[in-house]
Amino acid sequence: MSSLQSLDIAARSATTTPTPQAREHVVEVAKLIDVSSCIGCKACQVACMEWNDLRDEVGHNAGTYDNPRDLTPQSWTVMRYSEVVMPSNEGERLEWLIRKDGCMHCADPGCLKACPAPGAIVKYENGIVDFISEHCIGCGYCVKGCPFDVPRISKKDDKAYKCSLCADRVSVGLEPACVKTCPTGAIRFGSKEDMHEFAAERVVDLKERGYANAGVYDPQGVGGTHVMYVLQHADKPQIYNNLPADPTISPMVSLWKGVTKPLAVAAMIGAALAGFFHYMKVGPIEDEDDDGPGERRATEEETR
Amino acid sequence: MGGNAAEAHPCGFKWVIEAKQHRRAKLVVVDPRFTRSAAMSDYYAPIRPGSDIAFLGGVINYLIANDKIQHEYVKNYTNAPFIVGDNFSFEDGIFSGYDETKRKYDNKQWGYALDDKGFAKVDPTLQDPRCVYQLMKAHYSRYTPEMVSKVTGTPKEKFLKVCEHIASTSTPTSTMTIMYALGWTQHTIGSQIIRTGAMVQLLLGNIGVAGGGMNALRGHSNIQGLTDLGLLSNSLPGYLSLPTEAEQDLETYYKPRALKPLRPNQMSYWQNYPKFFVSLQKAWWGKAATAENNWAFDYLPKIDKVYDVLQAFELMNQGKINGYICQGFNPVGSFPNKKKIISGLSKLKYLVVIDPLNTETAEFWKNYGEFNDVKSEDIQTAVFSLPSTCFAEEDGALTNSGRWLQWHWKGAEPPGEAKADPEIIADIFHRMKKAYAKDGGAFPDPIVNLTWPYKIPHSPSVEELAMEYNGKALADVMAPPDPKDPKAPPKVLAKAGEQLAGFGLLRDDGSTSSGCWIYTGAWTQAGNQMARRDNSDPWGIGQTLNWAWAWPANRRILYNAASSKPDGTPWDPTRKLVQWNGIAWSGSDVPDINPAANPGDTDRVQPFIMTAEGVARLYAPTGMAEGPFPEHYEPLESPLVNNPFHPGNAKARMNPAARVFKDDLAAAGTPKDFPYAATSYRLTEHFHYWTKNVLTSAIIQPEQFVEIGEELAKAKGISNGDRVKISSSRTTIQCVAVVTKRIQQLDVDGKKVDIVGLPNHWGFVGVAKPGYLVNSLTPFVGDANTQTPEYKAFTVNIEKA
Amino acid sequence: MEMNRRQFFKVTGAGLSTSTLVALGFSPAPALAETRSFKLAKATETRNTCPYCSVGCGIIMYSVGDKAKNVKSEIFHIEGDPDHPVNRGTLCPKGAGLLDFVHSPNRLKYPQVREAGSKEWKRISWDEAMTRIAKLMKEDRDANFVAKNADGKTVNRWTTTGMLCASASSNETGYITHKVMRSMGMLVFDNQARV
Repeated sequence: MSSLQSLDIAARSATTTPTPQAREHVVEVAKLIDVSSCIGCKACQVACMEWNDLRDEVGHNAGTYDNPRDLTPQSWTVMRYSEVVMPSNEGERLEWLIRKDGCMHCADPGCLKACPAPGAIVKYENGIVDFISEHCIGCGYCVKGCPFDVPRISKKDDKAYKCSLCADRVSVGLEPACVKTCPTGAIRFGSKEDMHEFAAERVVDLKERGYANAGVYDPQGVGGTHVMYVLQHADKPQIYNNLPADPTISPMVSLWKGVTKPLAVAAMIGAALAGFFHYMKVGPIEDEDDDGPGERRATEEETR
Repeated sequence: MGGNAAEAHPCGFKWVIEAKQHRRAKLVVVDPRFTRSAAMSDYYAPIRPGSDIAFLGGVINYLIANDKIQHEYVKNYTNAPFIVGDNFSFEDGIFSGYDETKRKYDNKQWGYALDDKGFAKVDPTLQDPRCVYQLMKAHYSRYTPEMVSKVTGTPKEKFLKVCEHIASTSTPTSTMTIMYALGWTQHTIGSQIIRTGAMVQLLLGNIGVAGGGMNALRGHSNIQGLTDLGLLSNSLPGYLSLPTEAEQDLETYYKPRALKPLRPNQMSYWQNYPKFFVSLQKAWWGKAATAENNWAFDYLPKIDKVYDVLQAFELMNQGKINGYICQGFNPVGSFPNKKKIISGLSKLKYLVVIDPLNTETAEFWKNYGEFNDVKSEDIQTAVFSLPSTCFAEEDGALTNSGRWLQWHWKGAEPPGEAKADPEIIADIFHRMKKAYAKDGGAFPDPIVNLTWPYKIPHSPSVEELAMEYNGKALADVMAPPDPKDPKAPPKVLAKAGEQLAGFGLLRDDGSTSSGCWIYTGAWTQAGNQMARRDNSDPWGIGQTLNWAWAWPANRRILYNAASSKPDGTPWDPTRKLVQWNGIAWSGSDVPDINPAANPGDTDRVQPFIMTAEGVARLYAPTGMAEGPFPEHYEPLESPLVNNPFHPGNAKARMNPAARVFKDDLAAAGTPKDFPYAATSYRLTEHFHYWTKNVLTSAIIQPEQFVEIGEELAKAKGISNGDRVKISSSRTTIQCVAVVTKRIQQLDVDGKKVDIVGLPNHWGFVGVAKPGYLVNSLTPFVGDANTQTPEYKAFTVNIEKA
Repeated sequence: MEMNRRQFFKVTGAGLSTSTLVALGFSPAPALAETRSFKLAKATETRNTCPYCSVGCGIIMYSVGDKAKNVKSEIFHIEGDPDHPVNRGTLCPKGAGLLDFVHSPNRLKYPQVREAGSKEWKRISWDEAMTRIAKLMKEDRDANFVAKNADGKTVNRWTTTGMLCASASSNETGYITHKVMRSMGMLVFDNQARV
């Protein structure tokens, strides 16, 4: 094991050498976001910026409480607000559903599968999926690979960024910054097993309060996630600002991974092209127009 | 109601969530807006801004009509059985004793009927038609569900549903807490709204019990401390008050303050007033305060009127104030009618601003285009800006909403040449004292004789100051003679020079000093009690008595003896606070009663020890400016032409005793020009006008906006995200519109009323997007008791920009 | 070569993968991963109270340096105090961003004066500021102090200079401010509790 490796790695992007498997008694962690206890105060957003030394731009108000408007390389989590009118015992009931959005830390991470840069995306034994930015080549495959549309490419350094579940804190035995700060305890952290138990209690409480379809969101299409939600209306995840009902890794990513693996003959071409690719993305640093202005805009679109 | 804890006090709100999750508690929210608190609620009902008394009066009526009151509690622990004197009456919205020209009441007409010993008469059966209970019942019988709905706009079935929830806590083992904040205080009837809430709680038996109470969620981190320390025009530390100019000697000064009990054997704790007062005078003037000079009574200024902030800016506009000092206070942002504030400041000779941050007040003279369009050259005020430290750069104590004095420690040096506030104040004083000592001047005595024992005179340490407000023995403090053994040599309770352990040791003979009697016990011989950090909770009900120190006497829940039945056993044995164990009161809290007060005594000592009655007041014979029972009055600016309770009486349209000046009254907006009910408020992302200087807050809530409902937006052709103009009779501002389902149109008194929500927080200084100060729009009018401006209910018009 | 990233992905997507490089022995060694190092390891911790609302949450401030003589402490991180009975480590969005208040670009560093009619600030020394302020206050008090009212009653008040006090300041600040201003007879005197 390398001395550089502070958390045991379960999987590594674009790497076929097997990762060390001996340390298997690692606790699988999870963050549970109880949407029914979330007041949308954005303390998690601030704690995330503060801990990770990020500061997004001061934006503008576009007729909602959503600020920053979307995930960005500087905003690894944002609150998404939806006003919905739901049927209730007494006719209709206005609900202000507020969902903390960010990386779900999938057990089967689409980003990692799609990533062509060796070691730029890793999954640790405890379930955290982390971007190792110095290896990132900024290709944006992780964005395509993510069923939740989470990673964002920085225009400044052409690298992908997203929530690390505060791997630096977790590795020394602390909870993530957002979890610690959450005033109402809507964000919890612990072993995935304990989080499921806590979630089950919450679901019982919500059902007693008239939310017949309350449930836990831990989508199996991506092998389950290490960020889970308790939803008042688990039958309709889409009403929580388009949380996918049944997320899966894009078939394109799957196909690509499936077909290429046996194509050892393509290795030379691959090496050549990858070298070229690396030059294109990282090579001449002063070349600001690397992508061309049109593509710049497209990338921005993606991050909106 | 009247607060939005999820948004304004999120970390305290976690205990609401905890109660919901672990005690199956229900959260009910009544608010003009569907707030973040409402998003967490089990039940939400909308209400028109400024109509809370109508709603709560309706709740009182519901509780009485449906027999949902805690009878034993009401009978024993409130003044329900007290007989009210014959002079009290109420006619078409006006109580007896009103002087229309002065806009003031004479409360002498509201007193109890007294017996020949001077005690109040009572009827324990509550049947006497002049007893408080019957008068209250009659008063609120007008507040029918139909009437409530008509005035508040809350649909009748929603009002009744809320009543059901509230009424479910009338049993001795079920409790409700009310959490309110500026949503109740910032009205011309603010104090009375809060009183109505307290009356509801008393009828339910929810005061002094675990999980009960009227919880004021206070604003700033030390607003409780500064209130405790009496930094208000007419106050002195520890809720003592300055003499009026009619009170020329100690006897007349003490008389209305050191109240004799109104029922036999009651503690009426304010009887001890002279002990607290003399100890304060000794702390301030030491040897210069003697029995001969009435403890330097004349060193204190005597008031002719309250110089509250509205009064101050009124006088400033009249050219009667020359100098003004703003210490960590931004009146240009915080006070109503910005135009009047700026014109007041422009008439000063000098303004001193002490602040860690730049503020609109410090730069009121600077032109910021549309946001502050002034002509600098016309403003002749000299402005000094003095940089002070922030929390991170100083030691000291802050008193939180739960009255805990918590010590904090310095973590770094301040930037540049910034200095701590005590040093700045001490330096100014020290220079003035030297000048008075050298050159003389107007009445130098209180200045040159002010105690100044600090080791570094121009920079007293916070430890020295904390020890001084706690107080010490100036001579040996002796125990009173033991009645069982009167000949025994008197016991020394505290030796001369020692820090005092509690205010029970304070004396009125000059042998003790204490700068704030309620803080006695904060820094004892055992050291700094405010710095304690043991968070253990031995009773498992959240009582951490060894964490920090709470006034009074480290007690965490006031009036906690009311948590037990009249026989001294707890109402709810699973959540005991204090109980009588046969010898003394004890339990999970410091008992708020004489520990030896046996509940079996005839005329037992009652739990509300601070009132002369010994019980809580459903009827307030003194203390309230506009009447003993709260009555609904319209805000100064209302979408209604009349008060629906008194449509024929113009005098009773708005609070007849509200703080208002002639010109402002005349300039108030009318429903014709300004048809929409506006309310201003805070958002969780920001703190007043402070965090617009903080990048993280600017990022998560960058730009000023106004919230309106979908009906109004449609009627005015406003789409989400449009720029709009909002105007009141003061001025017009512009910002972005947020169109939302969370603000509903209401049916009020036969017409549709739309609500316009205006968050504060933006201004012309800061790192957030520049904006207009919302208080450009708000009216210059205040509550009759506290003079707090009416930021929560006024009227505006709105148009697409 | 006119090929942008998206086109590249389309062209090569199904056939190429950098994972093939690994088979050729290109990458594993530099691809080792390390989490970001934990930034608080030896930072100095100082307990404080959040200065915003009156819930009074406990906070821990982390500063660079161990308070040795040659170090100037710099606070670089603030988070909730888990021991505190009220907030138990949590902080709201304002509390969580306290670091940006401490280091706000709008923090004031030096005394300044804006003279009557002027359009700008001028930096001055503390001594000059304090001398001028004390002089202005004394002049105003001496000129306008009211010892007796019209009825000849002793009133000893000064109502032509006023003060607003900071309810985010400490009890010690509040106490000394009250003691000093009242000794001068000041009545136009309030704090945020009024609003």
